[in-house]
Amino acid sequence: MPQIGSFALLLALAMSFYSFFAGGLALARPGAGSERLGETARRAGIATFGAVLLASVILVIAAFQNDYTIAYLLQHSNNDLPAPYKFAVLWSGQEGSLLFWSLLLAAYGLVLRLRYKTDARLFAYASVVIAAVQLFFLLLLNFAAHPFAMVTGNIPPDGNGLNPLLQYPEMVIHPPMLYLGYVGFTIPFAFALGALVMKYPGEKWIHITRRWTMVTWMFLTCGIFLGAHWAYSVLGWGGYWGWDPVENASLMPWLTGTAFLHSVMMQEKRGMLKIWNMWLVFATFWLAILGTFLTRSGIISSVHAFAQSTIGDWFLWFLCLSLAIFVYFFVKNKSHLKSEHKLESLISRESSFVFNNLLFVLACFTVLWGTWFPKISELFQGSKVTVGAPFYNNVAVPVALLLLLLTAVGPLLAWRRTSVESLKRNFLWPALGALAVGVLMVIFGVRPWTDIAYLYALMAAMLGVLVMLTVISEFVRGGRVISEKTGQNLFASMVHLWHRNTRRYGGYVVHFGVAVVIMGILGTPFNRDVEKEMAFGDQMTIGPYTLVCQSYTQDDNPNYGNEWAILNVFRGGKQITTLYPERRVYKASNQPQTIPRIYPTVSEDFLLVKDLYVVYEGKNQDTGRPIIKAHLNPMVPWIWMGWLIMVFGTIVALVPNAVPVRVTAPARVEPATVGAGD
Amino acid sequence: MQFIQGRFRSRILHVLVLMVAMFAFLGAGDQDARFKDLGHRMMCTCGCGQILLECNHVGCTASDRMRGELIAALDRGDNDDLTLQSFVQKYGPTVIAAPSTTGFGRVAWIMPFLALALGIILTVYLVRAWKNKPAPALAGGIPTPHGTELDHFREQARRETDL
Repeated sequence: MPQIGSFALLLALAMSFYSFFAGGLALARPGAGSERLGETARRAGIATFGAVLLASVILVIAAFQNDYTIAYLLQHSNNDLPAPYKFAVLWSGQEGSLLFWSLLLAAYGLVLRLRYKTDARLFAYASVVIAAVQLFFLLLLNFAAHPFAMVTGNIPPDGNGLNPLLQYPEMVIHPPMLYLGYVGFTIPFAFALGALVMKYPGEKWIHITRRWTMVTWMFLTCGIFLGAHWAYSVLGWGGYWGWDPVENASLMPWLTGTAFLHSVMMQEKRGMLKIWNMWLVFATFWLAILGTFLTRSGIISSVHAFAQSTIGDWFLWFLCLSLAIFVYFFVKNKSHLKSEHKLESLISRESSFVFNNLLFVLACFTVLWGTWFPKISELFQGSKVTVGAPFYNNVAVPVALLLLLLTAVGPLLAWRRTSVESLKRNFLWPALGALAVGVLMVIFGVRPWTDIAYLYALMAAMLGVLVMLTVISEFVRGGRVISEKTGQNLFASMVHLWHRNTRRYGGYVVHFGVAVVIMGILGTPFNRDVEKEMAFGDQMTIGPYTLVCQSYTQDDNPNYGNEWAILNVFRGGKQITTLYPERRVYKASNQPQTIPRIYPTVSEDFLLVKDLYVVYEGKNQDTGRPIIKAHLNPMVPWIWMGWLIMVFGTIVALVPNAVPVRVTAPARVEPATVGAGD
Repeated sequence: MQFIQGRFRSRILHVLVLMVAMFAFLGAGDQDARFKDLGHRMMCTCGCGQILLECNHVGCTASDRMRGELIAALDRGDNDDLTLQSFVQKYGPTVIAAPSTTGFGRVAWIMPFLALALGIILTVYLVRAWKNKPAPALAGGIPTPHGTELDHFREQARRETDL
């Protein structure tokens, strides 16, 4: 088995090398035979997918067969590992995850190469770029991080087991989602570089990559939120985002990718920001690779990081080389990227996109700066410093608030020019609504002058409501116009409107989801927690809830042994639920893990939700008594709800328009109403 | 009249001073709040990479001891700076969860805001420059579009308005 896997990897390397070399040659020397050569390159690219898929399947089958002659499986699997986690073994370690990365890239490449008829020449360029990236990963797999490396000496009867933190259902889908996002950004980059190299006329490459970029962005969004949800559900510290370098690594390409999704509209509709978009798409790809470099080089310490190895050098070279190639072609062909239109007004959709991009890129810079500052500090003053949550909370939050303000104002601006009067007219009710929420929060006890965190929370709530109300008002206003024309009721008209321009209104739904997420995050300053040693019958009070320890019990299965605390939860003297926080000890690795229990509940002081989050922390080593920690986290369920809304909005935006847009007679276009564009 | 205005101003000043003092001393004696504040400004040193009060993994060799030391420091009446300094001396500068606001650490805090300021200035400059860029002069006045040219303009309008 391992030999077949190794052979499949070598075959994939040969195929991707051929795809890159022959494809490049066919494009560089057009003439007799170049078309056939290009076709063989395309087919070699497709064959690469087959070979990498074979290697991946073999590794998974070997995991199911408990084949510990493969060093990777010895380190990351064990006999009693449940079946779903045997699949997860593929991406749970350094070598396997690189193989998985390569598989996803080959799969994306396969789809691209099968759809080559859309524009054969542009697709051929993109195919060569993808083959080059694929070649790098296959070189790594074959020569630096081989997933089929054999164990020397005695073969143990059982493996070391999968990291307990990864043995959670979400961990089966979180990494694939994240990787689909990281890897997927190679496709828009490949098209962008291809278009730059061949001086592709017009914006067709933007149209071709739009859906790729949106799908990729959706996967990355899902990956990030699934990771946050996993951290919340498993790590047991009551939070979902710790500003760890590896978390930051996923956020950076997301930020530039989001900026690109906005600025690309400027190029599509107005032929502007061509140079900027080119750099943005490159930066997104580059940051995805940089994140991988961070995770795998050991250069920056992180709890998430893979074991340190020499493959960091490989990534560093690849980053430098890709930058050099991109800069070379940019300098050579930048004259091709001139803007077609000029900006007509400062109060316009165009200028809002420019500022929106500035803020996204600035947010990315802030995260990048914070992630690298320990290294910079070590370089300049000889000692490392820690850059943790307090830094990001103080620095990134103001930028996020500014972005939220633009998210609220942007949709109200028309392309080219917006009159101040129409802006005032459309902005008045949402602004009054936001103000009312601010006043209500102060009445209900939020004191923004006592702590900057409360001030941020108040501002985020007001801006979040502002975003929601502007989105709702856009739907209502557009629906009214349709309703007046067709005589349908308002709701049907809004659905009609939605179908007529899925991209724009899908985008608004995403904005709504972002506002809901922000509302969820703003609950953080109001978190409470209590920790107590609890024996049978002991009580603990947090907020309006009283936890009474009913019992402790134990269980055992082949994979792990566990202890449960059985806690009855009372509110107002009435039992509302029973929670079972758990502590496991995995047998293969002998590592403990806590599984908190989360009870979402409606708040007593507002129409808001809170999570009652209970952790069984283990036993006090001195007294032998169990320790229970309870958190009361307001608004957290909003985060997951907002994420689902964001995903829904993206799916809507991906659906083609149902009704073709036709203008048969000159019509008056109301600025900043339905004619504002997306 | 001037006297009344002077007294009024003096009252306002008193109220402002009182408000500042009130907020400055708000919760000054709250040991639990200080414990939480300081505990969230430090990292656990066991290698988990978590904030001291958020490190909860079973069998942690550092966080319990560090929490005990923090409580002891507060019981002794050490102020915040002294407490943090004693932890830095014992565990090194990486025990503090964020760069300091003095020395080289200041660079970490300044840079994002500097980038924001420069970015805004640059963007405003660019936007204004684009706006003020002269449109190409039309030699024969404004031509009336016809036929395919008109279709082109309609297509452009559709793209830009999407309705």
